Amino acid sequence: MLGGLALLIGLAVWLADTRLPQQSESPAERVNQLLPQSQCGQCGYPGCRPYAEAIIAGDADIDQCAPGGDRTVTALANLLGRAAVGVNPVYGSPGPAQVAVINDSACIGCTLCIAACPVDAIVGAAQHAHTVLRDECTGCELCIPPCPVDCIALRLRLPQRVAA
Amino acid sequence: MTATPDSRPPRWGIRFTGDAVRHSTLPLCTAAVPGILRVPLQQHIGHRTVPLVAAGERVLKGQPLGAVRDQTLGARVHAPSSGVVRGLENLTAPGRPATPAVVIETDGADEVWPGYPAHAKPLRLATSALRQAVIEAGIVGLGGAAFPAGLKLNKGGGVDTLILNGAECEPCINCDAALLQADPQRVLLGAQIMLRILEADVCLVAVKQGMDAAAAALAGAIEQVGDDRLRLVTVPPVYPVGGEAQLINVLTGREIPAGGLPWDSGAVCQNVATAAAVARFLTSGEPLISRIVTVTGAGVARPTNFDARIGTPVAALIAAAGGYVGRECRLIMGGAMMGVPLANDSQPVTKATNCFYVAAPTETTPRSPERPCIRCGDCATVCPVNLMPQLLLQSGRKNDFEQLEHLGLQSCIECGACDYVCPSRIPLTQQFAANKQALWERARERRQAEQAERRFSAREARLAAAAAERTAALNSQTEAPEAALAELLKRVENGNDRTTKDPDTADKG
Repeated sequence: MLGGLALLIGLAVWLADTRLPQQSESPAERVNQLLPQSQCGQCGYPGCRPYAEAIIAGDADIDQCAPGGDRTVTALANLLGRAAVGVNPVYGSPGPAQVAVINDSACIGCTLCIAACPVDAIVGAAQHAHTVLRDECTGCELCIPPCPVDCIALRLRLPQRVAA
Repeated sequence: MTATPDSRPPRWGIRFTGDAVRHSTLPLCTAAVPGILRVPLQQHIGHRTVPLVAAGERVLKGQPLGAVRDQTLGARVHAPSSGVVRGLENLTAPGRPATPAVVIETDGADEVWPGYPAHAKPLRLATSALRQAVIEAGIVGLGGAAFPAGLKLNKGGGVDTLILNGAECEPCINCDAALLQADPQRVLLGAQIMLRILEADVCLVAVKQGMDAAAAALAGAIEQVGDDRLRLVTVPPVYPVGGEAQLINVLTGREIPAGGLPWDSGAVCQNVATAAAVARFLTSGEPLISRIVTVTGAGVARPTNFDARIGTPVAALIAAAGGYVGRECRLIMGGAMMGVPLANDSQPVTKATNCFYVAAPTETTPRSPERPCIRCGDCATVCPVNLMPQLLLQSGRKNDFEQLEHLGLQSCIECGACDYVCPSRIPLTQQFAANKQALWERARERRQAEQAERRFSAREARLAAAAAERTAALNSQTEAPEAALAELLKRVENGNDRTTKDPDTADKG
């Protein structure tokens, strides 16, 4: 009787194991999905995915993402079962969403910022003023240091609403 | 057919008593065209229109002022009267981002723009022409949500029922009743046009119990038209039965799935005024440049329904209604339940404005302090979308967005019924509105992150491919310099010295 029950439960567990959907994403992928994807490198890794992989590998802490802010750290802590902490100030301080703006009268068309942008959000050609695609810009600030004439500024990204 | 297949009273909602239901339909007057009209370039859900006129230009009544690019979500904006464009002005309205408005100094001539044709027999037009006309006329849902009406008629089959909403969502608003009383024929012509566009079988024109004069006028008109697809139905006076999804549910018994569109249920709901606007455009060529606005409340001398041009300032309407009574009045745009308070009376009438409520000091009681939730569940009983406000309140206060989503917060229509019944006077709707905005913002951030990730990995792949190509080219060069040299010599021997001038090409060759 007891053996039969054990057999039945065993069968149910085996069925559940084979039939139920598996967690298809890798741990690094699930961490990556919680990151803001600004690709800014402020965490010390060249992009969000490398940082996610470093977290899973145990090389990085979960408190290094400044653009994500405390909310991202909390989400990471929940996912990984660690203590919730704030963003480590060493890696920058969280702030409101920003967007880069090029002063096109000062831009000399050197294309250095285009090469620096991790999400291809700057368009332009050599010797012609460049411009930022507002909807694609993540406000990562990576275009600012390469600019030889300092014509890129960060502005607050104002909330947009589609509804009237 | 004028039978009234009365629907079963819904289990949700509020049955108002007292003043709110005693208000009979107010008289309908045509408001004078003011000297200055301020016409916002965005009066609808969707994208902002691009201005088509410049400062100093003379415009005629009905001339397009702004249009949306392509056929995107949006609706044209037209000049409500003839005059000279003074320029653009930034207009702020409560709860919305500032939108530019075209300022027109009217000349009193009211000269009509001849660009839109008038049709004597609009029902003989092709369906596509009718649908195009609704889009051209800049017609949006006049019940208050201002969703472009042309898009809502664009389902292309699968709709069997057209519902014309004359049930007025809020108490005290009676612009729809006034229209039905004054011009039921036009509403019914609009209904026939919409039936043709939708290829629907039946049109239910809904009025609320107690709207006797409007119902009588409508019944007479239906008899006269003699179209047996048109039916008058009365719905119980329960707030918010005039909400789109609620009305569809009460009349057809169908539920709109959460996150779904009303037409998924096979029914399309339009306001009666929207139907009238469609009929007006096709028979006279006049686009949507005016609408009926209820000006009411104890703070105004003679509550009236005004047929006002879009862009008319509230102050002009209130003056026409005899001005304010007393000094401490509170001005609310929209109804007493869902309206938003206005800071001043310079706000213009837009396509979405159905009412200005002027509350007298006696009508507004200072809000008593909020007390803790006692879990009585009254809010869940009245909620027209079957949410559980008491649970939403807890999750919202904890900023537990996953739970809010799970509880279906996005389905909240912000009707305020839960606030109204809450014995602890908790401002539930206010919190839900903020929570909904936050949920929306989170979804937007998520979309943006996904987009950035796609672009980042595409760039990585492109850079990697370019690097690989470069290495390959370099390798092939270093591995076989002799072969490249031999080929180069051969070309020189052949007398083709043009290639030698271009070292890049020569190297690769």
